[in-house]
Amino acid sequence: MIPAAFDYTRVGSVDEAVQALGQHGEDAKVLAGGHSLIPLLRLRLAFPSVLVDVGRVDEMRGVRDDGDHLVIGAATTHDEVMHDDLVRQHCPVISDVVSQVGDPQVRHRGTFGGGIAHGDPAGDLPALALALDATFVIAGSGGRRDVAASDFFVDYLQTVLGAEDVLVEIKVPKLGSDWGHNYQKFNRVAQAWAIVGSLALVRRSDGSIDEARIGLTHMGSVPLRASATEQALAGASTDVIADACDQAAEGTSPPEDLNARADYRQHLARVLTRRAVEHALGG
Amino acid sequence: MTDTATPATGGIGDAPVRKEDAKLVTGQTTWTDNIAFPGMTYMAVLRSPMAHAKINSVDVSAALEQPGVLAAFSGADLADEWAGPLPCAWPVTPDMVHPDHWPIAKDEARYVGDAVAVVVARDRFAAADALEHIAVDYEPLDAVVDMEAAIADGAALVHGDHGTNTTYTWPFSNGDVDEAFNGAHKVVTRRFINQRLIPNAIEPRAVVVAPIAAANEFTMYTATQVPHILRLMLALTTGVPESKLRVIAPDVGGGFGSKLNVYAEELMALVLAKRLGRPIKWTETRSEGYQTTIHGRDQIQDVEAAFDEDGRLRGLRVKLLADMGAYLQLVTPGIPILGALMYPAIYKMDAYDFSCTGVFTNKTPTDAYRGAGRPEATYAIERTMDEAAVELGMDPMDLRRRNWITHEEFPFTTIAGMTYDSGNYEAATDKAMELFDYDGMRAEQQRRREAGDRYQLGIGISTYTEACGIAPSRVLGSLDYGAGGWEHATVRMLPSGKVEVVTGLSPHGQGHETTFSQIVADTLGVPFEDVEILHGDTKVAPQGLDTYGSRSLAVGGIAIYKATQRMLDKLKTAAAHMLEASPDDLEFSGGQFSVQGSPDTAMALGNVVLGVFAAHDLPDGYEPTLSAEFTFDPENFSFPHGTHLCAVEVDTETGMPQITKYVAVDDVGNVINPQIVDGQVHGGLAQGIAQALYEEAVYDDAGNLTTGSIVDYYVPGAPDLPEYTTDRTVTPATSNPLGVKGVGEAGTIASTPAVVNAVLDAVRHLGVTDLDMPCSPERVWRALQEGSASRDQVAAQAQGGQHA
Repeated sequence: MIPAAFDYTRVGSVDEAVQALGQHGEDAKVLAGGHSLIPLLRLRLAFPSVLVDVGRVDEMRGVRDDGDHLVIGAATTHDEVMHDDLVRQHCPVISDVVSQVGDPQVRHRGTFGGGIAHGDPAGDLPALALALDATFVIAGSGGRRDVAASDFFVDYLQTVLGAEDVLVEIKVPKLGSDWGHNYQKFNRVAQAWAIVGSLALVRRSDGSIDEARIGLTHMGSVPLRASATEQALAGASTDVIADACDQAAEGTSPPEDLNARADYRQHLARVLTRRAVEHALGG
Repeated sequence: MTDTATPATGGIGDAPVRKEDAKLVTGQTTWTDNIAFPGMTYMAVLRSPMAHAKINSVDVSAALEQPGVLAAFSGADLADEWAGPLPCAWPVTPDMVHPDHWPIAKDEARYVGDAVAVVVARDRFAAADALEHIAVDYEPLDAVVDMEAAIADGAALVHGDHGTNTTYTWPFSNGDVDEAFNGAHKVVTRRFINQRLIPNAIEPRAVVVAPIAAANEFTMYTATQVPHILRLMLALTTGVPESKLRVIAPDVGGGFGSKLNVYAEELMALVLAKRLGRPIKWTETRSEGYQTTIHGRDQIQDVEAAFDEDGRLRGLRVKLLADMGAYLQLVTPGIPILGALMYPAIYKMDAYDFSCTGVFTNKTPTDAYRGAGRPEATYAIERTMDEAAVELGMDPMDLRRRNWITHEEFPFTTIAGMTYDSGNYEAATDKAMELFDYDGMRAEQQRRREAGDRYQLGIGISTYTEACGIAPSRVLGSLDYGAGGWEHATVRMLPSGKVEVVTGLSPHGQGHETTFSQIVADTLGVPFEDVEILHGDTKVAPQGLDTYGSRSLAVGGIAIYKATQRMLDKLKTAAAHMLEASPDDLEFSGGQFSVQGSPDTAMALGNVVLGVFAAHDLPDGYEPTLSAEFTFDPENFSFPHGTHLCAVEVDTETGMPQITKYVAVDDVGNVINPQIVDGQVHGGLAQGIAQALYEEAVYDDAGNLTTGSIVDYYVPGAPDLPEYTTDRTVTPATSNPLGVKGVGEAGTIASTPAVVNAVLDAVRHLGVTDLDMPCSPERVWRALQEGSASRDQVAAQAQGGQHA
């Protein structure tokens, strides 16, 4: 398809981006890798009059060490994140999940922040950010603010990002070596969105589970945590995994499409969560 | 398996690097969309968003006001431009209902995507934007989407003035069918849904028309498989004389049948270029192509097979409903008929009864898609054989062995009247079973069943044959096809000893330049690199019937071979004169003519060529032009066959099927280039597996294409497909001098039933008795849920079957 006409401006800093967005308001959209926005434009489902390209804003690119956190620039490409040494050392789950986003071409253009800011519950990164308890640094006309991942996703393709906001960077905790992880992405062809995904982050101690954080992809209008399963696993022995994971779909109202009706998605969430937890524990 | 031991020198049987590859991998190709002319204009088409609607009015005036817009027309505006409607060249019955199909709908839109208006602008963006300024007053009409609903009493009519949604019913019967069924020990009855597919050539359709207005001459560049057929049809539909039309198929990026057609946009581009006197370009977008490029398959197949107690097949009844979509495209009605005579496949039987009813629905027209009728037939019969084996309590391969034509019985005329010239099903099957480790896999399957493994193993069989090399003109005539099937070739020697070969075929990815160069190089003893294959331009190659139906080598390749032989004869006459010998005493080998018995009296082919070019001393009456032609029209189709074995693991928790092993042993006769044959088989397998596991065009009840983009329509890629083990047996065809058969469609035809048979075999013991394609994880999972309820009952039946 061919998009409607739009203007294009490339900004060199976050301040310039905020300024440009302030000037155009609702008519402007932030462009980074374009892998979510361009298809919407081509399908004429979005009609911004101006695109503000943040793809070359240096302060939004790269990964830096910030004590007990890593800070990932929102415009860092998936491929850069996936191969980043700090990420691999301190938060290898990110590298693993990002390696399953799209295909190599998508990962070379698409950005880590873009995959989150789009707010698509079928994307892999929102559930990752949620499970990591990531913090999003957002720049707007009123300055910068931090938003917890649990407060960020509002509804299908909707986040707390306002028309004049830019997602600048994402803070994630460094995870110690006692954390295991596994992402079970269920899809029919490699490049497709997950029909359901379940990400398990599990902290072990002496044969039992200290803490489990489970993020669910494509199980509702926003990414979800499998809270009932997390509670059932916390401090429990590994014997309870099957029972705990049977609660993984509790409270979800998953979407229906050609690949899955709701009951199948819920079934998959239970099975995939169990597998993810078992693998995260080294099973 | 590529025979890597073969030296890559470029003769018959070698695997030289494809001549086509260097330009393809370096991007130095000329796709239609790359073609630029000064003053180019761009066409965009407004399409109906409704599956069925009366068009009360179309107002293009606001579009004309948009910047860059040069012209805009409704269907009514252009009604006088057409000398005739879009062609359907295959009236399968004398009373076939054949409604007019205009390039732009005039008063009624009949599927989502039907053209309603057209815009020409200075760039493609202005053209696309202008479409939003065309006002169309649609009056919604009832849409009919489902085939069975379409033929029910009181159904809404796709073409109201024809009074029916039934296009035709085509019957065939041979033998005493009632007797075959009445005396049967077991009748196996199944319904198969051969779902609608969307072809996905990597290059979308595109067309450029460059007019020379003063001379009323037009050159059309188009992403087509059929420049020759298209030129004739353009003349018939637009009134531009055929002699004033040049059609060029430049580099074309795949077709699979989707570019074997005459499309509305090609006609519009020609007529608008004529009207505006400007070059014009149109390139479809992928989602536009999903709505408007022909679809494939879409049949409901009711099959009954009658067996004796010992598993002998007595007779077969097949009843089809075939979805035409909203209109008849070039060969739409004939597609199921191409399969009609292949349901008996490799099996002997006493009686066969077939009928096919073509049905109109408010959907995109269907037409030829890789295999065209034969994949559907093969799917039905090979699924039926596995189902029958279950009901008879026999091993599915043993059941096939009891019924297939043995190699001593060729040539064999089937119950459908097809005469198979050659074949050896035993040899291909033995080889496939060995490569697959059939017994070992059955043992592993049993082990997993007994262990209740989460991953259950299934083994699927397809012992297929097919009829291809679409040619025998007499046979095509007997099936009421609107043209013949011959193919033409010209071979020219250049003074420098290089060879130019002109073929009427029109390759679009098959590697013709490589394969045909090998044939010519081998025959003339010249280097492979010295042969140039010219094609795809009606001015360069004026005679031809183009590329489809696995016809290129077995028809066009033979024309080239025979024309090359004629060239050699002509050179021999000249060489004999130059060597002062009788032509009968001359030998030709290694590119050299020599006199028998005196090997020193010899002359290289190049020197003979130069001598003829100089024409200083030639035999009396010898014409000094080195050009030889041949038109080949074989007596029969070619009948490739083979045995495909597929192992599928089903994750019983999620329903996900995964192919873990795939063995394809194909018999395509003699092989010119083993690497190209392997490539054809690999690609064919991918498309056949895609139908089994991934692809399905889904419409909602209102006739909207739900799988309207490549995001929703699952085309598998390399990561999704298994490793293939391919091998061959060689039983030469007797219908052509090279002993070759077609290979382009074989993999697609063979693989679909092998995969579905394997999926079912993995879960049948868990109570699953049927699965529709594609076997998506959700479908398999739901079948497992339902199956578990009745598992005990089914197990008891299977037990009973084994004792029967």
